[in-house]
Amino acid sequence: MFRRLPDAAAGPLVPVTIDGQGVMVPEGESAAAAALAAGMVPTRTTPVSGAPRAPWCMMGVCFECLMEIDGEPNMQGCMVPVRAGMVIRRQEGARRLPAMPGTSHEAAGASLGAASGAPAAAPANPQG
Amino acid sequence: MVSGPGEGHYAKPGLATEEESFDFVVVGSGPAGMAAASEAMRRGLSTLLLDEQPAAGGQIYRGIEAAADKPAHFARLGADYQHGRALATRLRDSGAVLRYGAFVWEITKDRRLTVSREGRSTLVHAGQILLATGALERPVPIPGWTLPGVMTAGAAQILLKTAGQVPAGRAVLAGSGPLLYLLAAQLIEAGAPPVILVETQPADNWMRALPHLPRALRNPALLKKGLGLLKTIRGAGVSRFAGATDLEALAGEDGRVRALSFMRRGRRVEVECDLLLLHEGVIPNMNLALALGCASRWSDTRLAFEPETDEWFQSSVEGVAIAGDGAGIEGAQAAEQQGRIAALGAAMRLGRITRAEAEAEAVPPREALAGWRGARPFLEALYRPADGQRIPSRADVIVCRCEEVTVADIRDAVATGALGPNQAKAFTRCGMGPCQGRMCGPTVTALIGQIRGVPPEEVGYYRLRPPLKPIPLAEIAAMAVASGGERQDAIRDRLPGGG
Amino acid sequence: MNASLHSSDAIVIGGGVVGGAIAYGLAKRGLSVTLLDEGDVAFRAARANFGLVWVHSKGPGFPAYQEWSQRSADLWGDFAAELTADSGVSPHHERRGGFHFTLGDEEFEARAQLLRRMHNQQPPGRYAARMVERSELERMLPNIRFGPRVSGASFSESDGQASPLHLLHGLMGACQARGVRLYGEHRASAITREPGGAFIVTAGPRRFAAPKLVLAAGNGNPPLAKMVGLEAPVRPQRGQVAVTERTERFFHHTGSGVRQLPEGTVILGSSEEEAGFDTSARSDVVGQIVHRNIQVMPDLARLRLVRFWAGLRVMTPDSFPVYNQSETHPGAFIATCHSGVTLAAAHANALAPQIIAGALSPEMAPFTARRFHVSKAA
Repeated sequence: MFRRLPDAAAGPLVPVTIDGQGVMVPEGESAAAAALAAGMVPTRTTPVSGAPRAPWCMMGVCFECLMEIDGEPNMQGCMVPVRAGMVIRRQEGARRLPAMPGTSHEAAGASLGAASGAPAAAPANPQG
Repeated sequence: MVSGPGEGHYAKPGLATEEESFDFVVVGSGPAGMAAASEAMRRGLSTLLLDEQPAAGGQIYRGIEAAADKPAHFARLGADYQHGRALATRLRDSGAVLRYGAFVWEITKDRRLTVSREGRSTLVHAGQILLATGALERPVPIPGWTLPGVMTAGAAQILLKTAGQVPAGRAVLAGSGPLLYLLAAQLIEAGAPPVILVETQPADNWMRALPHLPRALRNPALLKKGLGLLKTIRGAGVSRFAGATDLEALAGEDGRVRALSFMRRGRRVEVECDLLLLHEGVIPNMNLALALGCASRWSDTRLAFEPETDEWFQSSVEGVAIAGDGAGIEGAQAAEQQGRIAALGAAMRLGRITRAEAEAEAVPPREALAGWRGARPFLEALYRPADGQRIPSRADVIVCRCEEVTVADIRDAVATGALGPNQAKAFTRCGMGPCQGRMCGPTVTALIGQIRGVPPEEVGYYRLRPPLKPIPLAEIAAMAVASGGERQDAIRDRLPGGG
Repeated sequence: MNASLHSSDAIVIGGGVVGGAIAYGLAKRGLSVTLLDEGDVAFRAARANFGLVWVHSKGPGFPAYQEWSQRSADLWGDFAAELTADSGVSPHHERRGGFHFTLGDEEFEARAQLLRRMHNQQPPGRYAARMVERSELERMLPNIRFGPRVSGASFSESDGQASPLHLLHGLMGACQARGVRLYGEHRASAITREPGGAFIVTAGPRRFAAPKLVLAAGNGNPPLAKMVGLEAPVRPQRGQVAVTERTERFFHHTGSGVRQLPEGTVILGSSEEEAGFDTSARSDVVGQIVHRNIQVMPDLARLRLVRFWAGLRVMTPDSFPVYNQSETHPGAFIATCHSGVTLAAAHANALAPQIIAGALSPEMAPFTARRFHVSKAA
């Protein structure tokens, strides 16, 4: 849906995985911007009806750009800058609890930490 | 549970909830916030500036310092944008503590802010607070506005500013307001002109705008700029369709937007597109102010709720000021002046300068502000959104994007006795999703007002709840562990809840 | 002022889940009913209700309340069906059993003691709750990973849940379907009685008349009660609750402090705070609520908190409901409780018929407000 101008990249190119495809993306661009340029549209399906959605506001307000970033579900893609090695996936419907079968992300160690009184290692973007 | 200022700091490494105190805490680093923080430092106030974004600029000067390093890109974005660079430089040199990627998710009347950053929440106590949270684009609830490929004009502009991205296929711009012209001109400069510009402001807006023209002409720079943009658009051969109504985004077989359909001169027109960029002006982003309980009133000229502020932009909550577009849309230049005035007011209330000094220092920014305000009534009248673009009529149109609540659902809630947005929220889940009602609030109030035949101020607005943005449960629990350990005294574990 | 009088068989003051359920019960049985309510921002306890249809710890030391809660829970299934049929809105009632999770041995033992006490005050075979050790808990809820401090739970098959908001919506819809006239933004300000016997209620710009009057205005009841010779010994008690983002369903049972709604959000609660009518919510208190529940289910730590807020319970000195008919003003009733969701079925289908009959039945006698006089004298 979008293309990059040759003279205005956010940063040097770094490798990331978007929707299963390895691509080179300017570092520092938002994950949502990277997804749009890579054609990962829709970027999510809703937890209510499964309807396809894509970013609306790009300024952190609308929560339409929710995506799975490095295994963490429901991240606000427009608020997360791309880093080398990042894995960006579509958010399909409602998230799962980490312990549930079929969950792609294993967070057992981190969340058990919270149980013993220490806070869990928090996800990279707490606003997601 | 949590000690206040003067009761000492927590110092348990790793676990403690950090607490800090500043004379002046500014939320938002757009023009108002940047100017206020710089001004406050000049007056000797210890100042903290918090912004959710990764760098200074707000939305209007989004990514300003990074863009300035790319000459061709910077030139393309125009003089108005470039103005932000000086503000950002002054802020950087001011010595204010600048924290980006920091989101304020709770604020209390005793001026305590809870701030999430890098997965941890900490507490900040402020002598004075300035909310400079800027604007957001008014929702445009037309049929099909949730389709992938339908975005706001502002979103496309942010992609251009921060990522150097432009539409890859056929882009259609539709709606009302100067931002559409600016974006069209910027896209033309970038070699990615839109297919057409579809304008929705009613034709008779001109009649209502004309009486304000003489005052607007006292500061002709603004209007000249607008005419320049229109010339660029014309020169690039981009056609403008005026007087469009009944817009609808149509879906293709792939589920994305395929075309924009609209009525013009009694006929339905369909324009194929890959990207539809909508815009109906901007409104104050005041969730933080409303959650704090700042009094607001309805502006019928700007079609939005706005916080009530005094001559120093102090809100109804003692020690909390609101400046910039968050206090009512007046544009970036006005916001900058408001930020300066608000900082002077804060310094005065803290006793760092006398009232007389504050009044004297406020003269230049107040004069400048008056100048920038001159053109507003004209622009507000000219680009006042059509009711049809603001208040959806078709029953199947989605009002609340998060919870997928439709016009029919809201009508049903009103028919079942919901008099305002809070009961409608309870009945339908409208506004209960992660965006906290930011995308549906204005529409719900307008829609209920229309159904009931009462003005917006009588309908009211959502009562806003913290956190202002979702945060992981681990983060809030960590705060409780750090500040109170295992204390459970307030928790109802004796008997189960209300049932 | 000689404003026209709106007459009906009964006036119910209070459009929350208590007033709504009673109005619905009256209208369903053929009465013409007027329901008076406040505006959009009333102190609506239902908005911060946790949504339990709960029996197993209700009424220690007060067998009548234990029985009343059990009766309502048993009536809930049919009540939910008729409400859905009348309004088109399902209250999302589910009855799959409820847990109260315990942390450490001390909590487990204290809970076991409470259950023994509850068991002993009921007729044999009536009380269904039992203690569940951790190992059994893990077998019962294989989807959930419990924290190391979880010692077990008390469990009752009697317990379930409903959506307070859908219930409120459904009640308003069902009331309308049954001909109840709902007046929002009509806060009752004065009640008088005509010589002929009808009550005259002044609310907003209008006046209403009916031979029967039900006060169900929650924390708004005290001044109204005085006008008709009733007592409403209630005070607001603040409760804060928190709700998360939607999550694929993992918890189909009910928990006393944590439960998952059918749409996927997880609600955590709740606090008990004496703060008058102050409904402000603070992260300090909510953090403690969250902390406890993360100790129960550590995986909750990763979920995002979307909203927390406070509501006001309607609390009597002993926390149990008050139901009374006025002795000086027969025909005027008061109904007040803090468990409007659990008791909704009983209010609609057991209390409403008594109001129509003009007398509360003998098993309601323990709920009289006079019990507080006795304790004062003692």
